[in-house]
Formats: sequence, C-alpha cells, structure tokens
Amino acid sequence: MAGRTGRAIHLFAVLVAASTALLIFAGGMVTSTGSGLSVPDWPNTYGWFMFTFPLEKMVGGIWYEHSHRLIASTVGFFILVLAGLLWRFEPRAWVRRLGYIALAAVVTQGLLGGITVLWYLPEPISIAHASLAQLVFCLASSIALFTSAGWRRGYLRDGLEVNDRILQKVALTTTAIIYLQIIVGATMRHTDAGLAIPDFPWAFGRLIPPHWDAKIAIHFAHRVGALVVSMMILATTAHVFYHHRRRAELVRPSLLLLLLLAAQVTLGALTVLTGRQHVINSLHVITGGSVLVTALMLTLRAHRARFAAGPDAGGAFVPVTRPGSLGNRPGSTGRAGARA
Amino acid sequence: MRADSRSFSATVAPCLAAVCLALAVVACGSSTSEPGPPAPAAAPTENPVDPATAVTITGTVRFEGTQPKPDPIVMESDPYCADRNRNAMTSRVVVGTGGGLQNVFVHVKAGLGTLRFPVPATPVVLDQRNCAYVPRVFGIQVGQPLEILNSDSTLHNIHAMPEANREFNRGQSMQGQKDTHIFSAAEVMVPFKCDVHRWMNAWVGILEHPFYAVTAADGTFELKGLPPGTYTIEAWHETLGRQTETVTIGARQIGTLSFRFGAS
Repeated sequence: MAGRTGRAIHLFAVLVAASTALLIFAGGMVTSTGSGLSVPDWPNTYGWFMFTFPLEKMVGGIWYEHSHRLIASTVGFFILVLAGLLWRFEPRAWVRRLGYIALAAVVTQGLLGGITVLWYLPEPISIAHASLAQLVFCLASSIALFTSAGWRRGYLRDGLEVNDRILQKVALTTTAIIYLQIIVGATMRHTDAGLAIPDFPWAFGRLIPPHWDAKIAIHFAHRVGALVVSMMILATTAHVFYHHRRRAELVRPSLLLLLLLAAQVTLGALTVLTGRQHVINSLHVITGGSVLVTALMLTLRAHRARFAAGPDAGGAFVPVTRPGSLGNRPGSTGRAGARA
Repeated sequence: MRADSRSFSATVAPCLAAVCLALAVVACGSSTSEPGPPAPAAAPTENPVDPATAVTITGTVRFEGTQPKPDPIVMESDPYCADRNRNAMTSRVVVGTGGGLQNVFVHVKAGLGTLRFPVPATPVVLDQRNCAYVPRVFGIQVGQPLEILNSDSTLHNIHAMPEANREFNRGQSMQGQKDTHIFSAAEVMVPFKCDVHRWMNAWVGILEHPFYAVTAADGTFELKGLPPGTYTIEAWHETLGRQTETVTIGARQIGTLSFRFGAS
C-alpha cells in the first residue's frame, strides 16, 4: 500500500472509530432518556423515509432516537467505505478480513437495533445490541491501529520489539474482563437495574446488600465487576510501568487506561448519585467503551511481535517460537519481525 | 487482485446473503406482527339485569394525610408542548374539596358470577390534547373499540404495556389522526405512555362488564344497574395502590362505600 494511501486509510479508520464512539454515546442517550420506542416504526420514521424525516419534527424522545439512527446509518456507510478501501488497497489479507467482519458486525448491529424497536425492547436483543456496539468500536479501532504507521513499522527500540508473554496474557485477560463487565453493565441498563442499589459506595448502607432480588444482584455484580476490572487494570499498567517504562507504545495506553478508569469509576458513582442523569449515564457508557478499546490497543501492541513484520508480509499470525529466547521472559524483548 | 476479488466474494457474499435474509424476516415480521383488533368474544345483546331490581353503589374516595407536592414538568424538548403548558405540574395525586381523591378507578372485582353483558359499539376515546392524555384514567369493556385520537399538531406515539393483552406502539404524526384498538382480555390496569413526551401517562381498566367508574374531582363515584347481591369493589390509584371493600345490597337499594387512601 502506497504511503499516502495507507496514511489516508488510517486516518479514515480513525474517523470511523471516533464516529463509532459518538454512535455509542448517542445510543446511551436513547436508553438513558427512555426514548427507545419514541419512533415506533423501523426502518422508516413515522412513515417517512429515514433521511427525509423533517428536522422540525425531531422533538422529545424522537430527537434522541432519530439522531441515533442517522448517526448509525453514517457509521454503517463509513464502515462500508472502509471495508471497500481495505479490499482495494490493503495487501494484508487478515486486515481485509477484519474490514469485512466489521461490515458484517455493523449490519447485524443495525438489524438488532431495528428488531429491538419492532419487538418493544426485548431485554436479550437490547443487551445484544449494546454489547455488539462495543465490538464494532473494537473492530474499527483495531483497523485504525493495524493501518497506522507505527504498527506497520513495528514498535522497535534498539531493533527489538516487546514480546512479553506475561504482559500479553495479563492484558488479554484484562480486556476480556472489561468486556464481560460491559455486558453486565448493558444487562443492568436494559433490565432497569441501574438504581436497584440507590446509594454509593455502600449498598443500602452496608458493604453487602441486606436483601436480594434479580435487579439488586445484577447491579451488585456490576459493582463487583468494577472492582475486578480496576484491579486487573492496575496490575496490567503496573507491569508495563515496571518492566517496559521506556516503551512509549505501551506506557501511553497504560496512562490513558488509568485516566479512563478513574473517570469511569467517577461517572459510575455519579450515575447512581444523580438518579441516572442521562448525560452522565451516557458518558459512563462511552467511557466504558473507551476503557475497553484502550485495553485492547495495549493488548494488541503487546502482541505486535507475534504478527508478521512487514506491511506486505503474508499477514497471518506468526508466533515467535524460540524457547528459551529472551522473548519468553517477562519484561524481555524479542527480535523485531522474528518469525517461525 | 483476482485472488483478492475471490477472497472478497467468498467472504462478503455469504454475509450479504445472510443480511438480505434477515432483512426479509424482519420486514415480514413487521407486517404480520402488527396487532390487529382481535375478534371480541361473543356477547349477549341484552342486558341480563332486571331494571326493576337493579341496585346502585355510590361512594367517595378520600385522601388522608399530607398531599404530595406536584413536581414541575419540563417540556422544553417539544416547543409545541411547552407553549401550551407553561408552569405545568405533575398530576399524580389530585385532591379536591373535602379531601376527595380524583382519578381513582373503581370497579366490581367479584360478585357478578357467570353473568355476561353486551359490549357497547360506541368507542371510548383517548385523546392526546395539549400534550396530555384525556382522560388520564378510564375504563373500557373487552371487545369495545378504543379510539386513539391525536388532537395536537405534534407527533405522539401511543405505547400500551399490558400483561394479559398484546403490547402495541403506534405513531401518530398528524393532527386529527385516529387509530382504533380492541382489547381481548380483562386487565386492571393497562398503562399507556408516550415515549416522545415522557410526562404523558394514562391508564385503562379493561373489564368484562360495564360496572366501573372513575372518581370525579370531589372523589365521588357511582356504579349503576347492578343486580342485587354481594360484591367486592376495588379502588385503584396510579401511585397509592389498590383497596377492596365488600358490600351486600338488596333489590332496589343503594349501597354506599367509602375508601380512604393515605400517602404511602
């Protein structure tokens, strides 16, 4: 891929990822304001073709729901274009495939959004819609990373690239746990359990809720999940700061992860204390997504040495299989582009 | 590039086919799942109650204690509504003269046995006027048409959330637009809401018989034309809950009941 074209595709992928973040925030606003059914039909809007619906009729809950649909359509179009660009210009087959997967995911996401409206917000569909949105965000962000100059060049320092197996495992586990936490959060939102425990940091004035029902259990699971996620992020970032403090490609996402974690915990507390104020609630949703994506970026960068090195290389995962090499010890490095 | 094309086709074509299939399923689902009016159960054409012995139950529902303060409603999200409702307040607990509680649905819950009653052909009208439901609380018989009217020149959706009947959600984008719905099962109460305007709520009590009433501004109600007998009467309020009383009435008598709700 030519340099300028590659850079243009990368910038476009960044735009797609940013617009996906905006879409998730808009989706959060729909749920937080209880506007999910304010437009009863789909894909039309009150009988109008979606793009011809008069702006002056976007009142009340329609403003949130219809805006969400318009942004979703734009993001869908962006991802279609991105997949097309990757198909046309990207030499790595696995990156092209990622584009197709992102396209399939965003189309599925649109269908889930439509179905959840037509079926009056059934909880499993709404939860799936919320959870898949974060995966679309991950896919778009991953493509942005994989098309970046840094990734294509490799994160070299003294000709070496990090290949820390412990970091790889810890970061991957952290990312997976964050995603599980997001699914629990989506379940909490869509089962109306967001205020099942009305106080914070206590639960009905105690450490453990004195009485239980399904909503309290879901809410409490989300709080416990937040604790687990916090510990995992602290462990991951501590490992980076201790073993890889000179590695900017790992230190920067680690710092961002800590900042986002602090913001996310604060927003979670404020969501409860403000009685689910809709902007705070929606910021909590997209900040959660940002925590996930940042952890994923850190994980992928930690795995960079296991990918093919050159921009036009075969593209498949190529594990570094050199037992006893430096790359197998925590905090150590392997030679850039080492291949089996 | 040819290899790329094959790869693209092999990857994308199944996805597109799956998407088209899913779209077809959704499209078909939307057209068939639209809840049409279910056929009302066969009902007698004549009232089985002898007018010569019919009785009446009257009564009052009162509110005791400190009346909850109404909250202001912010309608700025729709200028049409905001213009027509300056300083609008919530109307969940409306207490009139002498402590009478308005908008309480009172109905015969038990005592009619196997008697069945004619279903009126005249529709009950639920109006959306000045961004509020009129009436807020009302009753209807199973099989009786409910006419939903939009008197506003703004959009509303009417979203019913029953448990025994079918949920529905319809959009009304034009002033004067009407929709008709017929409930197929008795259910007390079914909430309505407008998801466009979150302050809009209404409740309907759906019954197999015509013996229901909604309390007036002074808290009074009247159930007329009942056969003599022993009845369980239930009073329902949207935030204060339900209460029941039992009354026995002989032929041509008038029974009197009194309900008292307090701040919960």
